Amino acid sequence: MTDKSDPPAKSPRSGAGLEEARLRQQAIGVKLRHMFDEVVNEPVPDEFLDILRRADERASDESGS
Amino acid sequence: MSGTSSPPPKPPSADDEGFKRELVTLIPHLRAFARTLTGDPTAADDLAQDAMMKAWDARASYQMGTNMKAWTFMILRNQFYSEKRRSWRQSQLDQEAAERTLVAVDDPESPVALDELRLALATLPEEQREALILVGAGGFAYEEAADICQCAVGTVKSRVSRARKALQATLERGGYARDGRAAGDAMRSILAAADRLSSVRQG
Repeated sequence: MTDKSDPPAKSPRSGAGLEEARLRQQAIGVKLRHMFDEVVNEPVPDEFLDILRRADERASDESGS
Repeated sequence: MSGTSSPPPKPPSADDEGFKRELVTLIPHLRAFARTLTGDPTAADDLAQDAMMKAWDARASYQMGTNMKAWTFMILRNQFYSEKRRSWRQSQLDQEAAERTLVAVDDPESPVALDELRLALATLPEEQREALILVGAGGFAYEEAADICQCAVGTVKSRVSRARKALQATLERGGYARDGRAAGDAMRSILAAADRLSSVRQG
């Protein structure tokens, strides 16, 4: 917050600076997907399927068997 | 429902079965999105379950063959914001819970860099964070993310772009509350961890 006026280490206009920024964004992207995928890959708690099964039974009941 | 004027209820259809199968495959993704919105695993699962039930109840309005993932994400997001509106106090608790979770390490094996990223994410405005998560982690196109957030495609693009810049700046500056760490450490550990992750993926 306080060092907003600090000049960037490399000029963002330079080829090397752009390449560096691209690499950093790529790294952030990889980590971001990893963070999300970690939850996606967790086993789904049984509760979810139980709730859906009960809803399904309710739906069949409503259709008047 | 039991009104005499309503058409006779139809028996469980093949459509229902297909819908349910697809909905089940989306549960892990709904949980992940909910986790990024609430920051709290328990609140996230409550939200994901509510969204799943809302989607099930609204299945008649879903057109098979269209993007069900985007449709359910929109339902979950609407649910999240309507609950938040209902109670401003809850939203404050959410924020506290988010900060707790962002600091807590669920998996002791989890690399430090992941926590740096969580902390940096928490400093983003909500609408930037959700746009970045949808596009950068959820795999949605800008157009799909715009549908989910019910805003213009250009708005999503600019939110994602601002989020990326802010995230990078925060990580390079170490501008979040954490003592005893030199600025720039966060970005270095992110770069190192990303290298490791991509080599694992390719290998």
